[in-house]
Amino acid sequence: MRDCRPILLLEDDTVDAMTVKRALKDLNVLNQLVRVTNGEEALVYLKDDSKEKPCVILLDLNMPKMNGIEFLKVAKADEKLKRIPAIVLTTSKDDQDRLKTFQLSIAGFVVKPVDYVKFVEAMRIVNLYWTLSELPNSEQESTNEKLQANTAGGR
Amino acid sequence: MRSSKPILLVEDDNVDAMTVRRALKDLNVPNGIVHQLDGEDALEYLRSSDNKRPCVILLDLNMPRMNGIDFLKIIKNDDELKKIPVIVLTTSKDERDKMESFEFSVAGYIIKSTDYKKFVEALKTLNLYWTLSELPYPGA
Repeated sequence: MRDCRPILLLEDDTVDAMTVKRALKDLNVLNQLVRVTNGEEALVYLKDDSKEKPCVILLDLNMPKMNGIEFLKVAKADEKLKRIPAIVLTTSKDDQDRLKTFQLSIAGFVVKPVDYVKFVEAMRIVNLYWTLSELPNSEQESTNEKLQANTAGGR
Repeated sequence: MRSSKPILLVEDDNVDAMTVRRALKDLNVPNGIVHQLDGEDALEYLRSSDNKRPCVILLDLNMPRMNGIDFLKIIKNDDELKKIPVIVLTTSKDERDKMESFEFSVAGYIIKSTDYKKFVEALKTLNLYWTLSELPYPGA
């Protein structure tokens, strides 16, 4: 990745999460991988100011409690969280899942190959792209918040 | 790219647009390129039902009439158009530009290299990623 902030992984399946971890290690991606098992846990992590915000979010769609689409609806309505690129990493080839997540402005939809070598290749491309692309600074005040602060100050 | 739909390039500088065209040709990217000169022209293209929907939008930021950020404001509030991944392709290293773009959930922000070889390498990575990733409108 372009910077050293952690990668947040939303994945309920422990074996799948371990595969992601192993692939990133094999690719020498140095970013820490923070894994949570559903959308609710992800929101708790993201809203905790003592935790470093991730550079990107990798998310599965089918999860208990709060699934990927429900999580995106909340994150993309939040001034600070909406900036973090969210990449779907799923086995779902469902057309509706694809359309709904693109409607929530995801930054990629990767169908996980079952074959490990192919999966590593997919992760290599994800890492390459997010090393080329700039990443947002998620700690900074949003432009909207700044605007509101300015207006409040002017009264 | 994963689909054969055209790539929409929004760029006011004709020389820069030709460089993108040339790089994609050198990379054997088969998608057609639809070039629009600013946000307003791009919107007109996207809103006409006769035109093919693009697979992705490559967007410059500094343009006359309607710049990249104003264009993002409009399409990211349009239920139909917001689905299309938008990748910013600019020379601007301005923090504010970067932040505003990501606030509109852009799917990448690439600072254009002035060196042609490096620029081709960047577009190669971009093409690889958007061939790996699914796109909102599949098929031809």
